[in-house]
Parts: sequence; structure tokens; C-alpha cells
Amino acid sequence: MKKQYERSLKGVKQEMTFITRDNLLVFLRSIIDSGKELYAPQLRAEKIFFLPVKDVSSVVFDYVQTVESPKELLFPKVERMLSYHYVDGKMNVTDCSRGQKTADRVLFGSRPCDAIGLKTLAEFFRQDIPDTFVQRRQDSLTVVSMSCAGSDENCFCTSVGAGPGDSTGSDVLLTPVRDKRYLVECLTEKGKFLVESEKELFDEGEEINKEEYLTKLLQTFSHKEIAGKLSGAFNNPIWDEASLRCLGCGACAYVCPVCSCFDIQDEGNSRKGDRLRCWDSCGFALFTLHTSGHNPRPTQSTRWRQRVMHKFSYMPERYNLLGCVGCGRCSRACPADMNLKEELNALDHILEEGRQRVEERQ
Amino acid sequence: MSLDNIYNPYLMRIEKVTEEAPGVKTFRLDFTDDSDRERFAFGAGQFGEYSVFGEGESTFCIASSPTRKDYIECTFREAGRVTSALARMEAGEVIGFRGPYGNIFPLEEWKGKNLLFIAGGIALPPMRCVIWNALDMRDWFKDITILYGARTVDDLVYKHELDEWGKRTDMKLVTTVDPGGETADWKGKIGFVPTVLEQMSPTSSNTVAIVCGPPVMIKFTFPVLEKFGFDSEMIYTTLENRMKCGVGKCGRCNVGSVYVCKDGPVFTYRQLQSLPPEY
Ligand SMILES: Cc1cc2nc3c(=O)[nH]c(=O)nc-3n(C[C@H](O)[C@H](O)[C@H](O)COP(=O)(O)OP(=O)(O)OC[C@H]3O[C@@H](n4cnc5c(N)ncnc54)[C@H](O)[C@@H]3O)c2cc1C
Ligand code: SF4
Ligand code: SF4
Ligand code: FES
Repeated sequence: MKKQYERSLKGVKQEMTFITRDNLLVFLRSIIDSGKELYAPQLRAEKIFFLPVKDVSSVVFDYVQTVESPKELLFPKVERMLSYHYVDGKMNVTDCSRGQKTADRVLFGSRPCDAIGLKTLAEFFRQDIPDTFVQRRQDSLTVVSMSCAGSDENCFCTSVGAGPGDSTGSDVLLTPVRDKRYLVECLTEKGKFLVESEKELFDEGEEINKEEYLTKLLQTFSHKEIAGKLSGAFNNPIWDEASLRCLGCGACAYVCPVCSCFDIQDEGNSRKGDRLRCWDSCGFALFTLHTSGHNPRPTQSTRWRQRVMHKFSYMPERYNLLGCVGCGRCSRACPADMNLKEELNALDHILEEGRQRVEERQ
Repeated sequence: MSLDNIYNPYLMRIEKVTEEAPGVKTFRLDFTDDSDRERFAFGAGQFGEYSVFGEGESTFCIASSPTRKDYIECTFREAGRVTSALARMEAGEVIGFRGPYGNIFPLEEWKGKNLLFIAGGIALPPMRCVIWNALDMRDWFKDITILYGARTVDDLVYKHELDEWGKRTDMKLVTTVDPGGETADWKGKIGFVPTVLEQMSPTSSNTVAIVCGPPVMIKFTFPVLEKFGFDSEMIYTTLENRMKCGVGKCGRCNVGSVYVCKDGPVFTYRQLQSLPPEY
């Protein structure tokens, strides 16, 4: 994008690639016909989810956000890590990451924040000792995202360094322009490969300014400043007040594209069964509870602090990754109306005031 | 163990079961696969995920010394689901083991120094590993002193080894039980670990203190050590935050931006002072 913009400044008009809605549906059908698994936003119980596509006519184009993030494509809710079977006096363990063919998958209609979320998740699981379960799935996933022409009051991608047309993490990014046409940006080899397999569906057109077609989302805080302020805010009383409403239900972690905590559980008996990994949440009281009864995070406020600190302070410090992409899903899902964007704005103010007060005293 | 799937365990046979104290057992474990045994190496202070198929995984340190090859040992207290299932198992049965995980006690750095071990209750196992490691390299160190306390005489673990250590002339062992926990023929001290430590007036010069025990014991032991002039960098301990993966993925064991499973479990008191108190 930047290059094209620079060139256009020099007066050199750049051709851009477009596709019509009708051809896009043909394109999606061709993906299914080629044997790949296609996931796209579809209706289920009047809500929109990323679901496997059987018939492209059920793909939804008019939505701000799906209820759940697409993280299951890399990190399923429940995953079999190994199976064991005791036969003839011997314990046999089958490694479930081996010999298991991961189907080629295409995710269509992810928002730019979702694509960044998938990238962050994969990078987290790759740290130090790579988790091959996640890596294999990422290797065989092509992400075709859709820029945002609309947003709601829960969105805050622009405050966490992203934006409604951000191409990070996508292999192909589509931006709806006028007359049910989409601007097509091929961003990676995977993306190019997919688009070039059906070249005739795409056409070249005159350069446009993509920004004009994106939703305008005001930045309300800076995640970099918040990270700096959080590092001294561990003992600040704000956590108690902010978490009063939180029920510790874990819905926020469940829908979040970046949350990656999990539990490991066995299912079966002593002779035959599976070892599973299942999503978990730092919001649950049992999460850190020792068998002795000691709990390093004994109250909801310590758990809420962990959630915010982990995403905006620990992850950036440790891995140079931000634990939030500003999708707003946690706020939409919360039964107690906790709103992360509002909480962060408030936090920003309170910490800033506190800082000023300290400076005045000195 | 497949190198591909980081959650795949080694299969290990229980070679020997030792009853240490009520509800506390030690397993000696050997690899069922010869190539696994050859490949395996660990350092003092590391831990693993031990599993009973059908029940789940549980975190214990490796309680044997890396200088004793061919087997590993773990000592566990029967507490919940997995440890109760383990306690029902007998020699010959097979369990899973993933590891070794975590960092190690820096024995190389301690060369030429005095070692003061302070342990309470079931926390002797992580210490036992480094004690045997140090005793097997005896000429690396100057004085070696162990202070070990438990609630009652019955609760003292590794009774055979305590006898052996008590008889050695190249080290000093002090055992104590909480007031009321003594028996008629108890020859050790009576009193809480921090109190007995104070009576011993340990020298801090050229000495490393290694402290493992329940949180209250640790909390009252650090000030005593500081009183005798121990620098917080010369005091070591291990943390036991709840764990699942052991490899920095499941998000369960963090204290601030530090993962106990990856960056610990061994920390100096100096390091702990810079962390939020979430352990
Ligand atoms: C680094 C480290 C070393 C340890 N070394 C030893 C040892 O040598 N001997 C020993 O007896 N105990 C040790 N523990 C504590 C031991 O892990 C727990 O007592 C044990 O996991 C309880 O398991 P359970 O299934 O019987 O209990 P349950 O309560 O049924 O377990 C529920 C779950 O919680 C986890 N869990 C509960 N408490 C703890 C805890 N304190 N630490 C970690 N995980 C916990 C278990 O893994 C299990 O998955 C150690 C813990 C850590 C973190
Ligand atoms: S969804 Fe709301 S109530 Fe539930 S854990 Fe998250 S913040 Fe708390
Ligand atoms: S924390 Fe909330 S807003 Fe941020 S990425 Fe997760 S679900 Fe979206
Ligand atoms: S035990 Fe899973 S992150 Fe430390």
C-alpha cells in the first residue's frame, strides 16, 4: 500500500486489482471445489460465526464482528494431544500430532484485527519450544480478510496500533469499494497462489484511495503509553473498583482472538483414553489454586489485573507482542457489561492523574 | 518421546516404592526405552510432569541427583486426584513423564563456598537433589550444613538418608520438629525452622543459603538470614506456582512477566523482591 501511495505521489498511476461480489462467490466456490476447507461468517441461531461453508450463498457480508474469534482454526477449544491404550500388558501411546494430515484451509471474512490476532497467537505458541499443533495449522491456513467499512462502540483497533484496513497477518485483504466491488491486495506467497489459481475472476482497475472506504475509528488511548503506566500500577486501588462487576465467567477469554491459556485433562480410564487440552481462563478462581488451598490470585480483582497486565504489559515486555487487537469481542460478550475500551480509557486517565500528583508532590 | 509433540511423555516403569512418611512416597523410575535413557539429562532443581493415564498430570521436582544416572526419583505427597492415583500404584507399573523443565541451581557458581540448606516438611525433595549433587562433588564446597524441620517426627521424609547424613563427618545435619511433634526418644531439636536457624547463628560470609519450604516458613526464614548478613543474592529458593504445561504455553504459572516453569522454579531472594507477590 505504502509503495503504491508513494508511486502515485510521483504521478505514476498504479493499476490495482479488483473483484466483483458475483465473482467473489465464484472464487469461494472454487476454493471448496479444489478440496480445501472454507470457513466464513455465517448465521447460527441469529448470530454470526465463522463456520465451515457448504454453500457459498450462506456466506454473510454484512457484519461488524463474529461472536467468536477465528482462533479455533489454530487452537481448537478441545484438542487431543495423545491417545493411550493398554494392550497385552503394555501401555501404547499414540502421538496425535503425528501422521495427522491437516487439511488446507481458507478463512474468509476475518477482520484485520482477527488476522493480527491469529498472527499473535501463532507467534506466542512459537516462542522457545514451538508448539507443533498450532504451527502445522498455521502453515496450512490461508487468511482472506475483509477491511472494515463499519465499526461499533466496542471497537478500538486504532488504539492498539492497528486499523480497519491493516493488512498485517492477512494473506489477501479485500476492501469493499463501490458497486459491490472489492479492492484486492495479495500480501503473501500463499495469498498470491490462491488468487492466481482463479486469475480470470479478478480484473485490473484504476488506482483508488483505500482510506476513503474504511470506517473512521477515533483513537482514544495509546497502548504504548498504557504499557508504560501499567508497570507501576500493580498496587493501585483501581483494580478493586474496576473488577467489582466481573463474575469470573471467562466469556471474555473464550471469545478473545489472543487469549491462549489452556488446561490439560485426561478423558478415559486407566486402560484407554485421550489426553486433551482445553481452553481455560485466568479469570477463573480455580486457575491458580494450589491443592493446599493457597491461591496466589485469591480475588477477582487480582485476576482482572492479571488479564489487563498480561495483555498490555507482560506480553509486550516479554515477547514484544500485544495481547489485544481491539476487536471488542470481550465487551460484547460480557454478561456484566464490563467494557475493555472504557476500562482502558479510565485506567489511562487515573494512572495519568496519579502520575501528575506524584510529580507535583516531588 | 517424540520431539515433535512437546506434550508427549516418556514412558517410565516404577522400579521401587519407598514409604517416606504418612501419605508421602518416593518412586524410583526407569525409562522403558533404552534410547530415551541415554538421551536424558537434567540439572539439580529441575522438575517434570508426571502422569497417570486416565487421571492426568502432576508437577514434581526431580528428587534424585543428576550424578546418579540410570534412574530418576520423585517424592510426592498424596493430595488430590493424580497424587492419590500415583499412591495406589506399585512397582512394575508404567507412568508418563515429561521433562526436565525449568532452570537449575547454579552449583558451578557456588564452588569454593559454604552451603547452608534450610528445608521444611515435604519441601525436602527439591533440596535432596541438590544436596546429593553437592555431596557427590564434595571437594567443590567448604562447609555443608543442612537444617531440616517437619511438624512431627513422623513427617520427616528420607529418614534413612537423614541417618546417613547425620553420621557423616564432612557435613552437619540439624533436624527439628515443631513443639509437640517430638517423640520420647527424639534426639533432634524442638522448635520452628526460623527459630532454630536463629539459634544456630549462621555465618553469612562466603555462604549460600538454599531455602525450600511452605510459604510461611520461607516468609519467616528470609528475615533471619538477612539479620545474619546474607545478601539477597546469596539466598536461593524455589517457587511452586500451579502448572500444567511446564513449557511456558498454558499461561498458568506466571508471576508478572516471569514464567515460573521457564525462568524458575529456582530464584534468588533478590529476584523475588523485584516480582509482584503472586506466588
Ligand atoms: C515446580 C514444582 C515442584 C513440585 N514438586 C513437588 C514435589 O516434589 N512433591 C510434591 O508432593 N509436590 C510437589 N509440587 C506440588 C504438586 O504439583 C501438587 O501437590 C500436585 O500437583 C497435586 O496434584 P493432584 O492431582 O494430586 O491434586 P489436585 O488438587 O487434584 O490437582 C488439580 C490440578 O492442580 C494442579 N496443582 C494443584 N496444586 C498445585 C501446586 N501446588 N503446584 C502445582 N500444581 C498444582 C495439579 O497439577 C492438577 O492438575 C510441586 C509443584 C511445582 C510447581
Ligand atoms: S466476560 Fe465479563 S464477567 Fe466474565 S470474566 Fe470476562 S470481564 Fe468478568
Ligand atoms: S481483549 Fe477483548 S478487545 Fe482485546 S483482542 Fe481480546 S476480545 Fe478483542
Ligand atoms: S506451566 Fe504452563 S506456562 Fe508455566
